[in-house]
Amino acid sequence: MKSLQELEAIRKRTLEKINLRKEHNGTRIVVGMATCGIAAGARPVLSAFVDEVTKRSLSDVVVAQTGCIGICRLEPIVEVYKPDQEKVTYVKVSPDMVARIVAEHIVNGKVVDEYTIGYYETHQN
Amino acid sequence: MKFYRSQVLVCAGTGCTSSGSADIIRIFKEEIEKVGLSEEVNVIHTGCFGLCENGPVVIVYPEGAFYSHIKLTDVPRIVTEHLLKGRIVTDLVYSSDSAHKSKSMALEDIEFYKKQKRVALRNCGAIDPENIEEYIAFDGYKALAKCLTEYTGEEGRDKIIDIMLQSGLRGRGGAGFPTGLKWKFAKAPVSDIKYVCCNADEGDPGAFMDRSVLEGDPHAVLEAMTIAGYVIGAQQGYIYVRAEYPIAVHRLRIAINQAREYGLLGNNILGTDFSFDIDLRLGSGAFVCGEETALLASIEGKRGEPNPRPPFPAVKGLFGKPTLLNNVETYANVCQIILNGPEWFASMGTEKSKGTKVFALGGKIQNTGLVEVPMGTTLREVIYEIGGGIPNGKKFKAAQTGGPSGGCIPAQHLDVPIDFDNLSAIGSMMGSGGLIVMDEDNCMVNIAKFFLEFTCDESCGKCPPCRIGTRRMLEILEKICDGKGEPGDIEKLEELAINIKNSALCGLGQTAPNPVLSTLRYFRDEYEAHIYEHRCPAGVCSSMLRYTIDPEKCKGCSLCAKNCPAGAISGEIKKPFVIDTEKCVKCGACIEKCKFGAISRK
Repeated sequence: MKSLQELEAIRKRTLEKINLRKEHNGTRIVVGMATCGIAAGARPVLSAFVDEVTKRSLSDVVVAQTGCIGICRLEPIVEVYKPDQEKVTYVKVSPDMVARIVAEHIVNGKVVDEYTIGYYETHQN
Repeated sequence: MKFYRSQVLVCAGTGCTSSGSADIIRIFKEEIEKVGLSEEVNVIHTGCFGLCENGPVVIVYPEGAFYSHIKLTDVPRIVTEHLLKGRIVTDLVYSSDSAHKSKSMALEDIEFYKKQKRVALRNCGAIDPENIEEYIAFDGYKALAKCLTEYTGEEGRDKIIDIMLQSGLRGRGGAGFPTGLKWKFAKAPVSDIKYVCCNADEGDPGAFMDRSVLEGDPHAVLEAMTIAGYVIGAQQGYIYVRAEYPIAVHRLRIAINQAREYGLLGNNILGTDFSFDIDLRLGSGAFVCGEETALLASIEGKRGEPNPRPPFPAVKGLFGKPTLLNNVETYANVCQIILNGPEWFASMGTEKSKGTKVFALGGKIQNTGLVEVPMGTTLREVIYEIGGGIPNGKKFKAAQTGGPSGGCIPAQHLDVPIDFDNLSAIGSMMGSGGLIVMDEDNCMVNIAKFFLEFTCDESCGKCPPCRIGTRRMLEILEKICDGKGEPGDIEKLEELAINIKNSALCGLGQTAPNPVLSTLRYFRDEYEAHIYEHRCPAGVCSSMLRYTIDPEKCKGCSLCAKNCPAGAISGEIKKPFVIDTEKCVKCGACIEKCKFGAISRK
């Protein structure tokens, strides 16, 4: 390694990897991972989010788990917290829905309506 | 680079390693593998977090959950509960009170860290010290790059010295000499060969901040030494580190090799025509080798003995060449000053002592460990707010700063803002930052004796005042502690102390009488009690103690008599027992056994 540019490149690349440890103001994707969530298939969903975030090198996104929030029948549940925005709750999430949530909501800020809890509850019948 | 959704940081400093953190890291990896999370969760070992009392400590991000006192058997629970299911294991989370009422989830919420300002320790516990890329990510080698590209030529190098002068940084090894001035003196002489050295021969009993910096952030020292080399015109650096710091030595070796691999040490650093390399020299633990001329002699392969100054090392140092020597903690501040500007650094601290200082808290204190606070913080804040106060509700008696070269600070000076000048004014010194807290159970004469034993042992023997004088002082102190003190002893001690201070060759001898002088200054009554009343007020000096049984409280159970190894206790069942002071060996076994608190030691 010889140049300043290369030093800067290492800085950026590594920071993406470890910025979990810095103070965080970005987006949080929280997957319900209690017994009910895991039974309903939350684990592959979580892995899909991790893969997608890696693929796009999103540096200010945290993927975290949480416990049961009570509506076990709608698991796997994923909540997205963006700074200064209301929380969005996605229900019955499967791994193939993840790419779209990340592309449209996380990156472009457009909520994927038909995956949300509100849409599900009104269109179920 | 792989993205991990969660990272487990395990402290691998000397403190936590001794309480088993290496096994904890291993079990974490095994358990994580077992539940199939290896692809998502990364386990990293870091440097010291500072809260050594509560080790081994583990932090899990992104939640920032701070686990303390982790045992091997706790690991599977953290893995299955926290990492797999996302539920923080609250009963293992650090709590600042023993009743576990206040649970602190995040590091920065803990009382211990709230008042701290971590500059020299900023990366300790935050990065993997064996991975240069993590250091680079946290702005590592940016200061070096800035110096090599923005401050070029003679003018640029003078500018860096100006920055160091403006920052007001003073040497953290003890004496507090302005760092910028030292750099200026080392740059001035014209010489084809110069050296940059790092004093990592941390020898004060109870001080371990340099070790923690080397273990937790070795590159910060390498980077700063390289900058210093650039400024004064040196091509070679040496770190003189104690062999008793195996983890620090190991990580320094890794760091030096990585820096060479990345072209940050060696020829033509960052594509410029500046070349610099660093090697390690291991010391075998002689206290006197922390003195600069002795240290340089030891690097040369000679006996570690001090030499008279002048000539100062800046003029004629290692191998007779101009040499710059700074302490580890001093170097750890350099890069931050260059990146954030001298004004930023000068905005912290007091008028004549800028920036922060790391203290190693030890002795009778709740949170044994490392703390870094702005200069000017009071001893009370450090001991009570950060250190958590004195265990078992005991009363504060004094704090020893500066190790065997320093002095003690009594309770009436608890509110003095700590900086170089204030500490000297009250008869102590900053030293390297060891801070040993003593409570009402400590005998100050005995403490002075302890430190003098240390300096006596460590005296290299080159000059008579230190070799013979400290020995005579120690003999008087031993006599006093044995209850054989005579009138006139205090005056003899004072006379010897002043003569040694004025005539010893190096800092070791010149400061050796300090613990005696400062305890005499503040606790003269304790010396007098020993000499005139043959009594140790704190109940420490065993030859003056008398064990007695209070006949009011004694129930005559005979338990003490059964446990006395000397057969010194006798009596009739259900009647008060008595101790034969002639036979008593003062072991204290009877006090421990008595259920009624009837035996006292005075």
